[in-house]
Amino acid sequence: MKFLQPISVRLFYTLLLTLGLVWIWLSAVPASTVMNGRISSPQSGFQAPDFTLNTIDGQNIKLSDLRGKAVIVNFWASWCPPCRTEMPALERVYQRYKNNGLVILAVNSTVQDSRKTAQDFVSQNNLNFPVPLDDSGLVTRLYRVQSLPTTFFINADGVIDEIVIGGPMAEALLISRVEKALRMLP
Amino acid sequence: MLPILQIGPLALPVPQLSYLLAFWLGLSLGEKIAVRRGFPPDALFNLSIIGLITGLVFARITYIFQYTGAFIQSPISMFSLNPGLLEPTSGLTFAILGMLIYTRQSKLNLVKTLDALTPVLAVMAIGIALAHIGSGEGFGSETTLPWAINLWGANRHPSQFYELTAAVVILSITITRAKSGWMPGKLFMVFIGCTAGANLFLEAFRGDSNIVLGGLRVGQVLSWLILSAALFGLEFLKRNTHDEGVVNG
Repeated sequence: MKFLQPISVRLFYTLLLTLGLVWIWLSAVPASTVMNGRISSPQSGFQAPDFTLNTIDGQNIKLSDLRGKAVIVNFWASWCPPCRTEMPALERVYQRYKNNGLVILAVNSTVQDSRKTAQDFVSQNNLNFPVPLDDSGLVTRLYRVQSLPTTFFINADGVIDEIVIGGPMAEALLISRVEKALRMLP
Repeated sequence: MLPILQIGPLALPVPQLSYLLAFWLGLSLGEKIAVRRGFPPDALFNLSIIGLITGLVFARITYIFQYTGAFIQSPISMFSLNPGLLEPTSGLTFAILGMLIYTRQSKLNLVKTLDALTPVLAVMAIGIALAHIGSGEGFGSETTLPWAINLWGANRHPSQFYELTAAVVILSITITRAKSGWMPGKLFMVFIGCTAGANLFLEAFRGDSNIVLGGLRVGQVLSWLILSAALFGLEFLKRNTHDEGVVNG
């Protein structure tokens, strides 16, 4: 800035900061257009895409029916070692918090698994949370799951708070996220 | 967007890879520039590693204190490699504190140290932009402009690419000016000012801004404050020091 005299430099800085303030004001977001959670997309801050699936014990489960609860949607397959490793932790967390408003949906990506081995794994590990079966792979694709396990933490408004890709998740991570979500319940 | 790089059975998280690669490249570049500027490269290496380790350790310790109950139930999680078990603000604060203590203990000149760190930070900014491209975070607001990208169910500003472009331009300025004879501290202040200015401008195109006071974007307000501090810092330096002439390299 050698070409500018000290007074001009100060004038330039003042102009720059004033323009900055004008830009902040011009690019302010009108309250009506705040998009957080408006669009349904498998991304943090967006409404979790709705789905309906049959569980391993034949019940029908719809994600949007779970509004008002903290929901963990965990995509897994029985051949995936980190999925198998984190399941006991998910079960312990479920047992501890299910009466406080936590729901865990362990969506088996059955399109890339076998229903039989998934069922065997669930019974061997005494998993008590609902295990929806994604036979067609539609929900796996809808949530753009690229790696197993992938876990979505969904709040009471149905908005995705966080996505954890890969695993196994540390149990403390699960507990801390669940406790945070439960504190936000209405 | 490519959150996971699948190489055979190995699933590598692209954002974390970007941070790691940027840190390594930034440090290598910083050491080369430090030699030219007469700053001990070993000190820069130690400083960066101290910052990294202190930051990570305290980010984990703070998280453990925040969720003590969770770690009592699963003590082994204290040593988990999961980055989700870190508290970033406290990590950053302690990293800065650790680096300040090292600077003082090693009797390094603070402003020259900040200048030496600038190339590392400039490359890290590129790493952050690449991590955002990989994960899809920092996505843009909806637009009908012809260069919009379809992301998360809508046509959006390619805000992650804007961020990358700005970071590359700022790195070029940093490398070019690092060879000049600017007074100590000016390189760092200009870097901070440019980064804050770029963020102040580009935040307007983001679709995930945190909002305060009836619609103002938090990122812009903070960037404006940082820009003001950088301009004040430049004025302060100008009054108290003088340019040193061209550094031969």
